Amino acid sequence: MPLLDIQNLSVDFKTASGPFRAVDGVSMTVDAGEIVSIVGESGSGKSVSMLALMGLLPWTATITADRMLFDGHELAGLSARQRRRIVGKDMAMIFQEPMSSLNPCFTVGFQIGEALKVHLKLDRKARRRRVIELLEMVGIPAAAERVDAFPHQLSGGMSQRVMIAMAIACQPKLLIADEPTTALDVTIQAQILELLMQLQSETGMGLVLITHDMGVVAETAHRVSVQYAGQKVEEQAVAGLFADPHHPYTAALLAALPERATSRRLPSIPGVVPGQFDRPTGCLFSPRCKFATERCVTKVPPVQGRQAGYALCHYPLAGGRPVGHPGPGATIHPDLQEVA
Amino acid sequence: MTDVTRTDTVAAAKVQTDARPGRLREFWSYFSENRGAVIGLVVFGLLVVVAVFAPLVAPFHPNEQFRDHLLSPPAWAEGADTRFLLGTDAVGRDILSRLIFGARYSLFIGVVVVSISLIGGIVLGLVAGFFRGWVDTAIMRVMDVLLAFPSLLLALVLVAVLGPGLVNAMIAIALVAQPHYVRLTRAAVMAERNRDYVTSARVAGASRLRLMFVTILPNCMAPLIVQAALSFSNAILDAAALGFLGMGAQPPTPEWGTMLAEAREFILSAWWVVTFPGLAILITVLAINLIGDGLRDALDPKLRRS
Amino acid sequence: MNAPVDPATVVLAADGLARTYELKRGLFGKPAYVRALAEASFDLKAGKTLAVVGESGCGKSTLARVVTMIEKPTAGSLTVDGRTVDGRSAADARLLRQSVQIVFQDPYGSLNPRQTVAAILEEPLYVNTDDDAATRRAKAQAMMRRVGLRPEHAERYPHMFSGGQRQRIAIARALMLNPKILVLDEPVSALDVSIQAQVLNLLMDLQEEMGLAYLFISHDLGVVRHIADEVMVMYLGRPVEYGTRDEIFADPKHPYTRALLSATPSTEAGGRRERIRLKGELPSPLNPPTGCAFHPRCPYMYEPCPKERPELAVPDSDLLVACHAVREGRI
Repeated sequence: MPLLDIQNLSVDFKTASGPFRAVDGVSMTVDAGEIVSIVGESGSGKSVSMLALMGLLPWTATITADRMLFDGHELAGLSARQRRRIVGKDMAMIFQEPMSSLNPCFTVGFQIGEALKVHLKLDRKARRRRVIELLEMVGIPAAAERVDAFPHQLSGGMSQRVMIAMAIACQPKLLIADEPTTALDVTIQAQILELLMQLQSETGMGLVLITHDMGVVAETAHRVSVQYAGQKVEEQAVAGLFADPHHPYTAALLAALPERATSRRLPSIPGVVPGQFDRPTGCLFSPRCKFATERCVTKVPPVQGRQAGYALCHYPLAGGRPVGHPGPGATIHPDLQEVA
Repeated sequence: MTDVTRTDTVAAAKVQTDARPGRLREFWSYFSENRGAVIGLVVFGLLVVVAVFAPLVAPFHPNEQFRDHLLSPPAWAEGADTRFLLGTDAVGRDILSRLIFGARYSLFIGVVVVSISLIGGIVLGLVAGFFRGWVDTAIMRVMDVLLAFPSLLLALVLVAVLGPGLVNAMIAIALVAQPHYVRLTRAAVMAERNRDYVTSARVAGASRLRLMFVTILPNCMAPLIVQAALSFSNAILDAAALGFLGMGAQPPTPEWGTMLAEAREFILSAWWVVTFPGLAILITVLAINLIGDGLRDALDPKLRRS
Repeated sequence: MNAPVDPATVVLAADGLARTYELKRGLFGKPAYVRALAEASFDLKAGKTLAVVGESGCGKSTLARVVTMIEKPTAGSLTVDGRTVDGRSAADARLLRQSVQIVFQDPYGSLNPRQTVAAILEEPLYVNTDDDAATRRAKAQAMMRRVGLRPEHAERYPHMFSGGQRQRIAIARALMLNPKILVLDEPVSALDVSIQAQVLNLLMDLQEEMGLAYLFISHDLGVVRHIADEVMVMYLGRPVEYGTRDEIFADPKHPYTRALLSATPSTEAGGRRERIRLKGELPSPLNPPTGCAFHPRCPYMYEPCPKERPELAVPDSDLLVACHAVREGRI
């Protein structure tokens, strides 16, 4: 049984200008000891689905799901009190901005100790011992002194280490990292990623890594789920994804990376991610897809099988060619062909 | 431009069907969500209409005296004359008519006071926030001194110096309200002046005056509008208080506070003479405060949900 | 528009630029000095791109502000278009200013939310030229077409656009005065990958057409490798390595450049290269290490490093690498 099993999760937000579907029918599983990465651009709903899982969305959000199983427990119908027993203990999360994720009024040791007090009922002395141990685990030098430091005395990288220490304080089975290195410098990012992977392999926890950086995905994840405009468009093992992407969006996204460019001109994806007011019918990527046909515009695409990376596409790619495609003449964006 | 960019652009154009609602509609959707604010707006609208068309709406001239109907009770009470809907005062003037004409004074006071303090506050706040340094220190210390006095007391002192009267009372109230505007403007200017778009305008060669008034000021208006709405009601209240103390509008002006002062001695014998001017002040101030709350909801990005 | 300039001309020369900030510490405390930028020298040639690379606190944003004359350098000289910027003549400064324009990282903060696109684009003309309203409008329309915006966008406000389109507007505004030099301060860092490619393509097209010189500031080495002709790597306010793109990426010399390259995650198959691990944090510019600023984190550190700061120029070679170990031939 997978550690985390989400089926058909949708999240709707009430906004001043009408309802907005941020996550649309997303399914995913995470096994113990596995690193799953969710990649997507802004507006892809990659963070929202995990916040829904943690119960951290504002009241304007409506969450629906066929199944949200964590470690055998159904999360969907839980009361706030029951959820709190799991969140922070068996399931923990770290965020993008380490500086603003820590409360500036309390010492680092106090903030890490809070989870230990609530979930493990440790006394004061035991808590302090454990906090120092945790700080050492995440590679903070002079841990015994840093326990009493306030967040503003730490750099961004150190703050993120503290956040990680806080997250792993109760030895969670699942750690969700939401863009953990985006706000950090490159050399510090490398240190933090290395730390996360080392902790993950030592403790055997499941790790969900939410990111927009394809490089980070390639170097850390085992399995990758690609999201676009709130939908999961593809899921593959990491090697396969970079070698043979099955969804045209994934393929276009990889081609647009400057480091993979073969010519000076970068193959870009025209247009923008659809928003609340211009959501297309049929396939959500169809207005930007160079393979799109009439069918893509009118019919919602099926989820393909495992072989095709569960691609949400009428004509999933295999070796860069769309399978079952009627040919270049049938595309509705002939002008995009030459770009490719 | 090469062909390829053009295809990028054409496709982009095709994709982008810009359907985001405009600023005004977005503002209204936030504002109208606050039901109190909408009610306040309706009441305030009615008040403005009544004030503008006062000679047509009011049954009598505000200073017309009916010598045989001194202290006549409201129309529904016993022994009333039905011509005087809200009764008459001690010298036989129709209270309803006086209240209707009084609305003109209250709105006039609000508009004048807010305009004076807004304009002064914007200029001083912009200068202080933009130039910083000793200019800032000088302006802000003066404002701190003004803030250190209890506001009504300061207004009283100013009126005592200038002499009683509606115009002098308005000047005094505007001066008392000044520091709030200055501080608010200065804070907003300091937040905006280091934003990238201001730097861009500087790199483009914009002069200081242009930067202050054309580039920065429009982006600082949201908190100022809210403050203006809220201090509008404060101005009416302060003017009424000064009038009540005999330092504002002088009798026989049908100003609400002055009406209250004149009716002081009849509080026990003729309740309507004090109740209706009091209610008029209450309802007006409440309506404007509700609008102010709605404006804050609609204009403050921190309270918005995405 | 200008005819393309001869590509070999140096349009901007910086010589030993430095910028020190004074931090006041209370009323009576001694002020502290932060050296945000020191000894930055480079030549910017027409039609070429010089990329400035480094992490936070390396002085790259200060460099952008000094080059665009938003701030005055505390030492060194800046020569724009053959004329030295000395701030003596206001009219002269104004003219020079027009030839250096800037595009910022955050397309949400760099456009005035209360101005329409047309007003944003026309403002530089209104302030600096005698063009009448019709001419300004025509020039703005032409520039909008050029950066891939539609004419009907002119009356819209910035909040109605996506990040990529806003960046197009920001680029258009920067080009309204026909500058020779464009300072690009992390122009694509805030954009999604698919949009980033559109903007990079646009920048490359514009450079080719107008012969612009770019000072491209970025922390993303993938983007720099794609767009730059020359690269200057900075660490804690000072350049540590300066060379052509191929030199820097194929054969980095300075230990910091090597570490930076190896720390950048890559999507290439078998991308797990041998990784140089850097110990520790970026030092604070308030309290920089002695000698070579990089020595506390450097794997090749030896005796002279904490004592003496290495010069950028390496004797008896064309290399510009500020490193004792490289000078001595140890690495």
